[in-house]
Amino acid sequence: MNELQLNVLDLLKEDARRSPELIATMLGVTLEEVQEAIAALENDHIIVKYATVINWSKLDDQRVTALIEVQITPERGHGFEAIAKHIYLYPEVKSVYLMSGAYDLCVEIEGRSLKEVASFVSHKLSPIDAVLSTKTFFILKKYKQDGIIFEEHEGDHRMSVSP
Amino acid sequence: MIKEDEKQFESPVRKRQMMSDFLTDSVKDIKPSGIRRFFDLVSSRKDVITLGVGEPDFVTPWHVRDAAVYSLETGKTQYTSNAGMPELRDEIAQYIGKQFKVEYDPAKEIIVTIGGSEAIDLALRSLIGPGDEILIPEPCYISYSPIASLCGGTAVGVETFPEDHFKLRAETLKAAITPKSKVLILCYPSNPTGGIMTYEDWLPIVKLVEEHDLFVISDEIYAELTYGTKHVSFAAMPGMKDRTMLVSGFSKAFAMTGWRLGYACGHPDIIAAMLKIHQYTVMSAPIMGQYAAIEALRNGMEEKDRMVEAYNQRRRLVVKGFREAGLECHEPQGAFYAFPSIASTGLTSEQFAQRLLEEANVAAVPGDVFGLGGEGHLRCSYATSVNNLVEALDRIGQFVHRLKQG
Repeated sequence: MNELQLNVLDLLKEDARRSPELIATMLGVTLEEVQEAIAALENDHIIVKYATVINWSKLDDQRVTALIEVQITPERGHGFEAIAKHIYLYPEVKSVYLMSGAYDLCVEIEGRSLKEVASFVSHKLSPIDAVLSTKTFFILKKYKQDGIIFEEHEGDHRMSVSP
Repeated sequence: MIKEDEKQFESPVRKRQMMSDFLTDSVKDIKPSGIRRFFDLVSSRKDVITLGVGEPDFVTPWHVRDAAVYSLETGKTQYTSNAGMPELRDEIAQYIGKQFKVEYDPAKEIIVTIGGSEAIDLALRSLIGPGDEILIPEPCYISYSPIASLCGGTAVGVETFPEDHFKLRAETLKAAITPKSKVLILCYPSNPTGGIMTYEDWLPIVKLVEEHDLFVISDEIYAELTYGTKHVSFAAMPGMKDRTMLVSGFSKAFAMTGWRLGYACGHPDIIAAMLKIHQYTVMSAPIMGQYAAIEALRNGMEEKDRMVEAYNQRRRLVVKGFREAGLECHEPQGAFYAFPSIASTGLTSEQFAQRLLEEANVAAVPGDVFGLGGEGHLRCSYATSVNNLVEALDRIGQFVHRLKQG
């Protein structure tokens, strides 16, 4: 990973719709250099996807999100990998992290209702042999995600012209 | 009978016709700011993208605001020492020593002021009297000349040129020096041009300052905002520390304009004089801002660097944008302003700025308000979001195209 690639990532992280031309100008490098950097980052799956951060609560949407702490027994030969894969392949699972500390996997799941989430935990997650225990926490409100504040209160309060 | 009595008590004083007759000539002589007039014009419109703002678009970093909130919570609501809290002066001394390689004694050589503006006022009031001439490289920030006039001095503009990247040329300065010249005011990195001065650029200026026994007020409020090259403080030039009043503050580097917190560093004799005026006029700078400033200096460098990098990216964007729009634009190496020439459009700065506002809804400050050499230019602040800049440059490009099509 070179410095240019890092700078490109920073700019795309802020706004994935920035064109390679704009990024090249902002970084003071050629368009080709930026295109090459982006291609390499995409190739190496460092840039995994260009997605949109959505504040669903702005819509009249009943979806619920829960964080589930999962304790598991690692498998001989596979460690946590196989069981993590078993869990993350469910489409309702939004993210899975291996954690240090009191539990092993942090699973974020999204459902259309409380009932749907509860049913996922009781019918799909808990019955997995390696799963020892689960603790489910429902998310009540998202204030900030991936460095982005959802309800920005700090608009531009400056006077329009000043010396 | 009664009439006679009234006559007896009639005042011999000839009364003034209007309240404004109470004003002094020196304040009446100050021309209203051209920026102010333009501000009124912009304020009357909607959906304007403004490149007219002379302050960061970042809000003060949260840890700095938090320090001020904590100072309030713990009851820090008193006056401080006239010169500013000793802890803050210590931090300023360390910071200036480290960043700009000038050592100041925090006990005698530093005063904390209400913005860099107060520091400039204090310095000029301490140094300038009737008959003195103040040399001011222009185009420049608009406050120096009016304050100099209030002190009874005469501001003498020293023009700088786009072909020199608005650096101060020794021969132009020399030509402006007279036996009455006393103070040279420097503002590099420059508002409005974005010009900077390097060590080599300073050398001939240092020589002139020495030869003509000038005192220098160096307004280095934009010192942290240089791109590709590190700022060289005039006070750090050989032999210049004693005859330089270094003025700076927290507004630009730490995004703290509204806190009004600045400082001056210089010779103890001059600082003592400034302190006299300061203690009788404002007593001390507000304490919560001083706590915030301590936090900014102790823990704010990373955030500051992040902001400087963001300005640098936008700087490249605007310079390219103006050039693509067909406007000549020297590459600014400091502050957050570009100063493109609009002379090729055949309009004056005022006409261009007004029509740009009315026809393209983009605000920028006409260059002529900044003095000599400003006419024919436009000051564009790039302290605004990338999206705003892209849209503004697009509008300017189309506007210039329409102008040139006739």
